[in-house]
Amino acid sequence: MALQSYASPLEKIWHYTYLVICALIFLFLIAPILIVIPLSFNAEPYFTFTEKMLALDPTGYSTRWYDMLLTFGMTNPDAPRDSSWWADTWANAAWINAAKNSVIIGFFSTILATVLGTVAALGLSRPEMPFRRSIMAILISPMIVPIIITATGLFFFYSATGLANTYLGIVMAHATLGIPFVIITVTATLVGFDHSLTRASASLGADPTTTFFKITMPLILPGVISGALFAFVTSFDEVVVVLFVAAHDQQTIPRQMWNGIREQISPAILSVATILVIVSIALLTTVELLRRRSEKLRGVSPG
Amino acid sequence: MSDAVSDPSRSETLTTADGKPLKAALARAQARNRRRAFYLVLPLLLFVVVTFLIPIGQMLSMSVNNPAFYSWKDRDTGEKVPLMVDLRAWFDENPVGTEPDEAAYAALAAGLAHARETKSIGQIGTRINYEVSGTRSMFTKSARRAEKLEPPFKEALLDIDEDWADPRLWSAMRNASKSFTVDFYLAALDYTRDADGNVVKVEEERAVYILLFKRTLVLSAFITLLTLVLGFPIAHLLATLPLRHSNLLMIFVLLPFWTSLLVRTTSWIVLLQSQGVINDVWVATGLIGDENRLQMIYNQTGTVIAMTHILLPFMVLPLYSVMRPIDPSYVRAARSLGATSWTAFRRVYLPQTVPGIGAGGLLVFILAVGYYITPALVGGSSGQLISNLIAFHMQKSLNWSLAAALASLLLAGVLLLYWLYDRLVGIDNLKLG
Amino acid sequence: MKKTLILTTALAGFAMSAAAQEISVMSWGGAYGKSQIEAYHKPFTEKTGIKVISVDADNPATPIKAQVEAGNVTIDVADVEYADAVRLCDEGLLEEIDPAILPDGADGTPAMDDFLPGAVTDCLVTTIVFSTIFAYDSTKFADTPPTSISDFFDLEAFPGKRGLRKGAKANLEMALMADGVAPEEVYEMLETDEGVDRAFAKLDTIKDSVVWWEAGAQPPQLLADGEVSMTTAYNGRIFNAAVGEGQPFVTVFDGQVYEYDGYVIPKGAPNLEAALDFLVFSTETEQLAEQAKWISYGPARKSSGPLVGLYQDGKTEMGPHMPTAAENLKKALPSDFEFWADRDTELNERFNAWLAG
Repeated sequence: MALQSYASPLEKIWHYTYLVICALIFLFLIAPILIVIPLSFNAEPYFTFTEKMLALDPTGYSTRWYDMLLTFGMTNPDAPRDSSWWADTWANAAWINAAKNSVIIGFFSTILATVLGTVAALGLSRPEMPFRRSIMAILISPMIVPIIITATGLFFFYSATGLANTYLGIVMAHATLGIPFVIITVTATLVGFDHSLTRASASLGADPTTTFFKITMPLILPGVISGALFAFVTSFDEVVVVLFVAAHDQQTIPRQMWNGIREQISPAILSVATILVIVSIALLTTVELLRRRSEKLRGVSPG
Repeated sequence: MSDAVSDPSRSETLTTADGKPLKAALARAQARNRRRAFYLVLPLLLFVVVTFLIPIGQMLSMSVNNPAFYSWKDRDTGEKVPLMVDLRAWFDENPVGTEPDEAAYAALAAGLAHARETKSIGQIGTRINYEVSGTRSMFTKSARRAEKLEPPFKEALLDIDEDWADPRLWSAMRNASKSFTVDFYLAALDYTRDADGNVVKVEEERAVYILLFKRTLVLSAFITLLTLVLGFPIAHLLATLPLRHSNLLMIFVLLPFWTSLLVRTTSWIVLLQSQGVINDVWVATGLIGDENRLQMIYNQTGTVIAMTHILLPFMVLPLYSVMRPIDPSYVRAARSLGATSWTAFRRVYLPQTVPGIGAGGLLVFILAVGYYITPALVGGSSGQLISNLIAFHMQKSLNWSLAAALASLLLAGVLLLYWLYDRLVGIDNLKLG
Repeated sequence: MKKTLILTTALAGFAMSAAAQEISVMSWGGAYGKSQIEAYHKPFTEKTGIKVISVDADNPATPIKAQVEAGNVTIDVADVEYADAVRLCDEGLLEEIDPAILPDGADGTPAMDDFLPGAVTDCLVTTIVFSTIFAYDSTKFADTPPTSISDFFDLEAFPGKRGLRKGAKANLEMALMADGVAPEEVYEMLETDEGVDRAFAKLDTIKDSVVWWEAGAQPPQLLADGEVSMTTAYNGRIFNAAVGEGQPFVTVFDGQVYEYDGYVIPKGAPNLEAALDFLVFSTETEQLAEQAKWISYGPARKSSGPLVGLYQDGKTEMGPHMPTAAENLKKALPSDFEFWADRDTELNERFNAWLAG
């Protein structure tokens, strides 16, 4: 995007205007995500910068909202902070329980989605696969169909089958929502897959299982992991299905945030948001590293 | 495989080493491979059928079948009890439009008494109330006295409430007796039935669904356009910068993509609310007075801004993947042949990005029409979309058949777009990050 | 593998804790929920050892109905408005409660005479009298504060955003009273199409300035954040924000709409016996009086009245803050449960169309 030497003055002006426009759009993308970080350290219960904060006065900042994440819902939040206080937090704090639920549901739905999705992607990327296009369309559809429709359908289905208000029900629903991401990332990895490698392995006497674990798996692993991360994030961020089919003691972090935003949006929400932003930065970094590794393995040069 | 090989009359049949016809052996091997590939996909396919297709199918059936008027599930025993048996028999014997006679009223009275006994009267009243509003209480109050009624029943019932003679009510009861009904679809499209069973538009002050479908389409189209306007320049910049730089800038697109939807929605509340950051900045700089803080949230503006932000990465990523491989020498060639930079862009560059615009636009539009969370949190009343109304009927009014009908209509629209997407772009080309 | 094991154990642990003796009580959250936790839940757990889990909802009547109709009931006791209780009971969605299990008042009055008239129905035992009022931020109207319901609809004399509950109930009544209709004629008028039109026409005059709320905890928050300058609210929520948290909010009882509210047990409640125990315990004289020390809702038993004294801050007299205080009843409307049991669906449909248009 370098400016050509033959550009006219008008084009030069346009070029710099264009760069400014792009900068503004990038700002639009990123600013709303970063703005919550400083605000979550607000000492006052407001959502805007106080004068003390702008003056960088340390008394304008506090970690009280992070503390509230631990104490909210505890039976005895004002007790001295010894081991029984922490036990109380671990057992009763609303956000801690939400985090536990989110992790448990996210973990199992990711496992389910990744195993089923990867195996299916292996089948789908074989040239012999019958009805490939239609089946692919069905498997991707949970990503396309509005979540409210899926949740509505699941509400009736789970109520009738006794899966409502169970962890299994939510795990299955979240796995379904995560599957398209696994399929997409793993099939994308398999596009560049050199099938002569598996044939070579077979001709050297390896049985299909050995071939899969020794040859195929290491090569597609980056795709599988980033698919798994997508599936995890999908579950970790999902609120509508939880709203419709989960019991009240199965609150997840997004469900708890949903309550918080609708009722009283205190800066405690912003501190959760900040933690989640940091989590997503970590996940993004992992996925980026995996992508590069995968490109290197497949011999696609990143330039 | 050509005809020449497969036609045994014209040429010698090729065989494999063990003497089997080659064609059969190949076919068998092919079939085995196909089976193998299929078996790999089968577990997932079954899983998705159970957790996704069956639930949605069940929901569809709910939109055309509401047994509340003729069947009751006893909550203590779990048994199914048929309701309004005599009245349904009367409907079967007498064609549409028959003036209800004494026999009909007797059947109705018996049905009401039975409903009172089984405690199903509320369900029956609610069902008919969907069609003729204000009738719920007629059922409950008449049922309370139904046991003590004496013939002639017509007089006795009309004595309780003269609206029992309303032909619309009888038409509604007849419709509710059928196991298949399209009435919920009619309601979802702002239609209803008059006394003779003809389909008519509902009164203007009650019409809401068409308006919301339209609003959903218009706002989604507008949001799609906005994401294109904002997404195109940065996708172009990312595609033309050297990879080292563009990978770095890509974080600006990918971080929002990976950040929780609720976090992003919260951020917009913080920024846009009237005591929020943006209004504060404007007041502090004297751009607006403290009294005239702008209302940018809890209305359509809030919905549009937040959704544009949330969906922008879905536009940028497909655009980027189409723009990246475009060879810059085409534009240079156009320039050297005398085209101005604008002409070169319009005539040479833009046409090559059309597949990306199509892919991104369809994807954003599909996702936008089904959005629920963001409009629910920042949309106020004017920024609500059709999904919010589905949720309303699921969770608040509990008219589940209507919710299912609305959901089915939305689903049909989305599937049409999805089919279009598959035709034009191909699902295989869906990329993430 | 080890990790899986740990998580599986954790899962099993959750399942175990659900099986222990506990009941789930669904209520409206916020300051009201807190008053119930302090006055009912904690003493009940202390007395019986049964843990009480509080679950919040915007209006518990709808999730209860959904749960019973769908056949997966997880709630044992729910706190619902009178009109909703009547309707749900008619539909067979609630357990019937034998009034004989309710003990006599602390002063010896037989239970059925002790409760306010009509407060105990087939399925409902009333706990409180609450009211929908409007409140304003006194810093915004220092010179000429609003005093009547008409002022709420007067954007010129009292500029600023308004908060209203997203629903037809109470809004239509208040709109008519603001339009000059006497309280006793409101429901008569709402029975007619012209009356409903008139109410919506009145709402039209402020529609563009309204921020809609759904959960009872929202209105005090909207006032505190400065998002609105006046809002309708449940009176107890405003009381707690004003007296409990020292917010500059003032309640206007003119044009209030008051109603009973109490406990019901959804059909098929998983712990029916414990639920009944809880319900009986909570509606005893002492507990009802205790709750009124936490929030300004009138107790449903007459015998509780004399026991209610000061707010938990130890200095605020509760009496004048109750919706049923004589001073507050000058222009007040008892909510007509029969009207709403019948018309709720129809009027909310109309309300939604109006809201979307």
